[in-house]
Amino acid sequence: MGYPHPSHPKENPVLSKHFGDPEARSYDGWVKRGGYEGLKKVLRMTPEAVVEEIKTSGLRGRGGAGFPTGLKWSLMPKADGRPHYLVCNADESEPGTFKDREIMRWTPHQLLEGCAIAAYAIGAERCYIYIRGEFTDPYKIMEKAVDEATAKGALGGNVLGSGQRIEVILHRGAGAYICGEETAMLNSIEGKRGNPRIKPPYPAQVGLFGMPTTINNVETLAAVPHIMMRGGEWYKGLSLNNPKSTGTKLISVCGHIQRPGNYEVTMGTPMRELIYDMCGGMRPGRTLKAVIPGGSSVPIMSAAEADDCLLDYEGVVAKGSMLGSAGMIVMDDTTDMVYQIWRLARFYAHESCAQCTQCREGTAWSVRILERILAGKGKQEHFQLLLDLSDNMTGKTICVLSDSCAAPIVSGIQKFRHEFEAYIQGAREPALAAV
Amino acid sequence: MSTTAGQRGSGPGEGPHRGVGEHGSAPGGHDTETAPYERVFRGEHMARLEQLFTKYPTKQACLLPALWMVQEARGWISEPAIGEVAEVLDLTPAYVKGVVTFYTMYHTHPVGRHFIQVCTTSPCNICGAEDVMKALIRETGCGELGATSPDGRFTVMEVECLGACGFATPILIDDDFIESVTPDKVPGLLQRYK
Repeated sequence: MGYPHPSHPKENPVLSKHFGDPEARSYDGWVKRGGYEGLKKVLRMTPEAVVEEIKTSGLRGRGGAGFPTGLKWSLMPKADGRPHYLVCNADESEPGTFKDREIMRWTPHQLLEGCAIAAYAIGAERCYIYIRGEFTDPYKIMEKAVDEATAKGALGGNVLGSGQRIEVILHRGAGAYICGEETAMLNSIEGKRGNPRIKPPYPAQVGLFGMPTTINNVETLAAVPHIMMRGGEWYKGLSLNNPKSTGTKLISVCGHIQRPGNYEVTMGTPMRELIYDMCGGMRPGRTLKAVIPGGSSVPIMSAAEADDCLLDYEGVVAKGSMLGSAGMIVMDDTTDMVYQIWRLARFYAHESCAQCTQCREGTAWSVRILERILAGKGKQEHFQLLLDLSDNMTGKTICVLSDSCAAPIVSGIQKFRHEFEAYIQGAREPALAAV
Repeated sequence: MSTTAGQRGSGPGEGPHRGVGEHGSAPGGHDTETAPYERVFRGEHMARLEQLFTKYPTKQACLLPALWMVQEARGWISEPAIGEVAEVLDLTPAYVKGVVTFYTMYHTHPVGRHFIQVCTTSPCNICGAEDVMKALIRETGCGELGATSPDGRFTVMEVECLGACGFATPILIDDDFIESVTPDKVPGLLQRYK
């Protein structure tokens, strides 16, 4: 299968194998496709053995940070008598990323099975799935799946007859990008403004409602049943470039590309093969100008950097950017980089929770300066001003939202300075009215 | 300070659709800025809220779901509704308002019968989202972002990343998520919403 395009022969569909197949959505349909076998197997194992298997697999967090999942689970205190919580991050809001949405809308039970396994491994009886408010369809599909799985005994007070209690509760967000930051998400579930928390303490010590909590991304959890069924060694073997990046990765490709969509590739696949073979390349007569490989929060790559980039955590870092959430924004030669960097800065200014001064003021002033440049009122000193602001926005705040605003600005000035110059020197017509 | 305009706490509620009053009724709702307040949490809604209490260890955690219930019932979240939510969850109205204004999807003013959100963030922007936005403003008769059409039918808002970048341009009309919208599709789409 595959959605919206049939899977390409160069893909390696594990998580996305049943995308586009509406029958896989139902409990019975999922069971017919081998679903809930991983959970059955896990319930006969000790939680420690489950964590070890995930450690062996090398699975790393798919939400953006790439933290080793097995290690994260092992940081949870052992049977300390307090409630433990699992939180599934389904707040997918990173511009360029739309993979978790597809997992939820085509294979909701794949996610629920992963949640149940993770909850078992960390000793949690409750899992909250935080779904962004705008995802109306995935929410309805997940709601139906939770009801069905509970009615069939795969979730609830006696999971598959094991005596284990695992409840899944859906929590709907209400429009705030920042709630994808894990501690902001905890506050949001608790009924608070979505302000990120200062760490430490980390959620494994003081998390949701003050209790030990693990937060995992949708794609991370969806990979778990496959690892438990086929073994950590199998998953670890899915790696073309670097043993630190294992498994398959869903890459969301969007922008100026012939066939946008989600592509599941083995870690280490060349970006070139993804863009030109799987996605069909650029639009006719167009050439590649830039790629933002990991959702909008990572540095912009030039076409030359993208050309020999390998798609895994280390491969993208080697080219000066990050794999992040693997939301790949492809930009061709028609793109006005200054305008798009301004548009991204506007995104971060809008989404700043406004707790930290550097972020609240820095994102807003970045927007204003970029607006002046686009209006033909730019000056040479604006380069240094933007870079100084970006320096103050990097590594100095509670969360990384302002770092994310700085990344496209700094890399944009480095790699596309001539486009800024064109506006500043009046060689290009202003794109915005004077402010 | 004006540099923070558009950030958390000064969301879409600040737009020109303030004071629409007579057009403000949402489907099934009757709240306007002048009508007497009728409680949301009684009967079936109260039963649903009590069901929610079993899903969280604190009443406060039911705040976001409770606000969603109010908005579904009334179309927006008025000051008296904030007071009622505070009362049923043992919170203060000021605290509830602080939360309401943080989240952009809660309406703090009446909106049109159909609320349209169009994504214009970079991935959609480079695929022509601003033209879709202009077509929506023109075809609905809203005139500008955040305004409600004179017939009370539509309000159009720009929204940051809807998370469907491979299906540019996505829009949300009420709870209907519509992918791959282009300006020429807009008039036909709107016909389905009366």
